[in-house]
Amino acid sequence: MALTCAVTGTFVVLRGLSFIGDALAHGVLPGIAAAMLLGVSGMLGAAVSAAVMMSGVGIINRRLRLSGDTAIGLLFVGMLSLGVLISSRSLSLVGDLEEILFGDLAHVEWSTISIQFIALLGLAIVFAICRRPFLLLSVDEGLVSTSGFSAKIFHNVMMAMVATTVIVSFTTVGTLLVMGMLIAPAATGALFAHRTSSMILIAALAGLASVYFGLLASYHYDLAAGASIVLTAVILFALAAIVSEVQKFRIRRNDVDHEQEHPHAHGHVHI
Amino acid sequence: MPTTTISADHLCVGYGKRPVVEGVTLDMRPGELLVLIGTNGSGKSTLLKTLAGLINPVHGGLHLLGKHAGQLPKRVAYLPQHPVSSHTLPLQVRDVVTMGRFAHLGLFKPVTKDDQTIVEESMRRAGIEEQANKPIRDLSGGQQQRTHLAQVLARQAEVLLLDEPTAGLDINGRNLVASLIAAERARGVTVVMATHELLDAEHATSVMLLAQRVVAVGPPDVALRDEFLRQCFGFTQPH
Repeated sequence: MALTCAVTGTFVVLRGLSFIGDALAHGVLPGIAAAMLLGVSGMLGAAVSAAVMMSGVGIINRRLRLSGDTAIGLLFVGMLSLGVLISSRSLSLVGDLEEILFGDLAHVEWSTISIQFIALLGLAIVFAICRRPFLLLSVDEGLVSTSGFSAKIFHNVMMAMVATTVIVSFTTVGTLLVMGMLIAPAATGALFAHRTSSMILIAALAGLASVYFGLLASYHYDLAAGASIVLTAVILFALAAIVSEVQKFRIRRNDVDHEQEHPHAHGHVHI
Repeated sequence: MPTTTISADHLCVGYGKRPVVEGVTLDMRPGELLVLIGTNGSGKSTLLKTLAGLINPVHGGLHLLGKHAGQLPKRVAYLPQHPVSSHTLPLQVRDVVTMGRFAHLGLFKPVTKDDQTIVEESMRRAGIEEQANKPIRDLSGGQQQRTHLAQVLARQAEVLLLDEPTAGLDINGRNLVASLIAAERARGVTVVMATHELLDAEHATSVMLLAQRVVAVGPPDVALRDEFLRQCFGFTQPH
């Protein structure tokens, strides 16, 4: 789960897709609740929900000419409310609602872990194929089309990656917290990385460390596992941000000292 | 007889069915420079995006190198206005410039020695080679703009579409852009450039003044007459 989130989260952070990712994470709730009522796989329900949500955002955005965030916001609250309503219709689901929202790491089955591993492999292959248009998308959407790639197709592929990550990860940390694992490790990577590959690597390490230390804290202090993991990821980001700022301060101070010692050391003009 | 590189026949550009600028007629040859001048919202960027194939014409004919706009990504390069997301990107300058080769490489072709040589040469020409290994987010606005210019040069295209390439640049940067455009034109590249600055139009083959319509089009000494500038800007700019 940590590795899947590292790959996808990197582009969520680079492209500023946090809001749609968060909305998607909440928007899968009615599908999961309905799937539980019908006795089918929660992941299947989540996938149907995600597809409905993405289509709805697209239709509102294009046909009604409302801004993207309005479309996302509308679907976000609409789907969340629908999910709560479906859950509240069945007394047996009220207890499950907490599990859907916050995950239940203690009862994760091998089948879930296998699905997550297959999803990780799939996402890694898709990323390897699409890395060039994804990079262009991160700089400017216009550059994708003018470089011979379809901006629409690769944007949709990226959104499908986000949806897949949410769908396969919600059983572990829950729909409310999955965004934490998508954003926090990737944001930690963004603080230090100078290349996308190193950002994914740092995000993966930060994600794995969050899972390890989060579970350790959860075990020793009897805390909710999902929340412990996500909180650890956010704390790791905060610590990394402090280290990064100290580093920048030192570099600036060294530059000033160097400039005072050698006032005209740089012959070229910065523009 | 040189062939036509960009031809537009009573072109109407806009968004969906809503026209922004109507009646654009162009017949550009290799090595020519067309400068689009106008205020914000005058239609400069809309026209450039249409030429780049990013938005469809509302109506009218448009061909670049004999094809419809957007069909020749290897031969047409586009510099968008303010690619701002670079501020957060963990990408080195060399990576951003290498993106200029993606149209030639597609999804799978590996970056060759030739591609690397073109990238190094493009960075050198844009005066950004000393920053090659720096993350683009650590550069000043002017240096970022130079990086994006180098990316456009790395495409080695026959048509350059530049949306405000001098934005954020000081006088040295402006001179650099002018000399880069002159060098590209000398090797037969057709350039269309949008700008707010009348000075950028000095060496143009032709100038088009826009104010949600074509106010004037022609050589600089004709199109930049006071009467047209007044219609375009509402006042006469000092030359």
